[in-house]
Amino acid sequence: MEIKAIGCEPLQLKRMHIENGHTLKVYRETGGYVSLKKALEMSPDDIIQTVKDSSLRGRGGAGFPTGMKWSFVPKDSPKSKYVVCNADESEPGSFKDRYLLERDPHALIEGMIIAGYTLGASTGYIYYRGEYNYLIAVMDRALTEAREAGLLGENILGTGFSMNIHTHTGAGAYICGEETALLSSLEGFRGHPRMKPPFPAVEGLYASPTVVNNVETFTSVPQIIEMGGTAWRDLGTEKSGGTKLWSISGHVKKPGVYELPMGYTDMEKFIMEDCGGMLRDDKKLKAVIPGGSSVYIMNAGQILGKGVTLDYEGLVEAGSMLGTGGMMVMDETVDVMETTMNLSEFYKHESCGWCTPCREGTDWMVKIFHRIAAGNGKPGDAQLLLDICDNIEGKSFCPLGDAAAWPVQSAIRQFPDDFMKWLDKKTNGSITANV
Amino acid sequence: MAAVRPTTYTDEVVYTDEVAEFSPEVVEEMRSHLAKYPPERSRSALIPLLFVIQRERGWVDNPGVNFLANFLNLEVTDVWETATFYSMFNLHKVGRHHIQICKTLSCKIMGEPGITEHVCSKLGIHPGETTEDGKYTVSLVECLGSCGTAPMMQIGFDYHEDLTTEKVDKILDSLK
Repeated sequence: MEIKAIGCEPLQLKRMHIENGHTLKVYRETGGYVSLKKALEMSPDDIIQTVKDSSLRGRGGAGFPTGMKWSFVPKDSPKSKYVVCNADESEPGSFKDRYLLERDPHALIEGMIIAGYTLGASTGYIYYRGEYNYLIAVMDRALTEAREAGLLGENILGTGFSMNIHTHTGAGAYICGEETALLSSLEGFRGHPRMKPPFPAVEGLYASPTVVNNVETFTSVPQIIEMGGTAWRDLGTEKSGGTKLWSISGHVKKPGVYELPMGYTDMEKFIMEDCGGMLRDDKKLKAVIPGGSSVYIMNAGQILGKGVTLDYEGLVEAGSMLGTGGMMVMDETVDVMETTMNLSEFYKHESCGWCTPCREGTDWMVKIFHRIAAGNGKPGDAQLLLDICDNIEGKSFCPLGDAAAWPVQSAIRQFPDDFMKWLDKKTNGSITANV
Repeated sequence: MAAVRPTTYTDEVVYTDEVAEFSPEVVEEMRSHLAKYPPERSRSALIPLLFVIQRERGWVDNPGVNFLANFLNLEVTDVWETATFYSMFNLHKVGRHHIQICKTLSCKIMGEPGITEHVCSKLGIHPGETTEDGKYTVSLVECLGSCGTAPMMQIGFDYHEDLTTEKVDKILDSLK
């Protein structure tokens, strides 16, 4: 597996190939905790402005501007405030955070302390997905090192600011990547999402102001403080600042974690050259899911020769989304009906059961897929799937419902033949909806 | 009409008031988790503590749950409420080695079906089953965040990646 930067100096991946990059000693030797010192000399408002200038957008999938999220935390609240890192990386196709957590834990700690200082939070939690349990020891060691060096705990670097950070584990629930479900889980409850508003910035963990950010979002913060907001932004594009980690898997020769500047041109070059091209030379590209399983699937015609830029806007323009940057590449041996069934099974399993459209809808979709796969598809089953999607999309309590509907809608839209092949004899081409 | 078998924890659990006991070291470990949260928010430690129960008892059983309810001053049903939500808590006995094979998209297209077939035929069980000697359980699970090194499986907490049938043989042979 490859881990490297293309088209930019490695920032997020700076310490991936340095021996003992996870230790405080090496972290400091490679410029670590310089930004913390700088940040602690800035005013919180200046830090928020710097993060706003950077155009940093949340790297967990939704892409919400981080500086704006931070500015929503009320300054005058008498309650304790919290900083929470969402390390519940569970979007199929995404595995970038795992390497940050394993090989550069101090970058996350530094980013979280800066966030804590900015927001006036004295406690931080890192919420690991349960399956990443084996990584927690790495972080606990790093936290101990930071505490012993006076970088964490009481009176950080003699500034009077105090903060502590703890690791916490989930136990296998995709829904806990949704920030309000994560907070329910962190309080020891079932991972059900909560009604917004109130947003976590106002009432989050323990009904107190809370900022929840993805691992990569936090690890970007020290770079932004070091370089300055606009300089960091200019690594990418005006609307999509900085660099971004992409997780590439599936039918390519060199899967891995790649750091690209936002706006990297183009997607075809990235897959066909940077990632070594198709795994089997005689098989053509058929489909790509560019941003983790929850985004629209793309067919080869939307990518090849289209000059798709890899940033938030470029992928929307091309008909999909950036999401978490978990890119799954499929060659022509793949049947998109089957891969979509696989994702529907995932969403059925991971639906938390809180709201009816998602709980029932995902279950029925899987039943229909299984019927089709068993050769018993009924006339109009593709249409039926689309109808169910329509009854989930925008009607579920949290975005998991949309995430379950979009792959199915786009798969039927982009790969009608793969569905018709299973249904042809019975439906006579009866996908009639305007999909 | 065929008998309907409940699918929740209730089909295996014999209700008991028995409360599990743990060594002072384990209780100390549990207290170290509690220390991370505000005193009035001790329920936050529930998931980490359920992992301790599972490690010590082999699965999340009724006496272990009763212990946690006492320890955190919760109702027994509060503990079950949380424990039954999360897929990593085994509410049935599992084998000493819990082999969890990722079945989600990237692993699926990179050879998961062959790996699953190989593991199962080698152990003589189907996914979801435990060998008679109680040594192995095989489960198919959803994405484990290792798509770039697919196909993969997790045994206990250990990741095994870039699997081939030869590699699987070596891994299984090394398990005691």
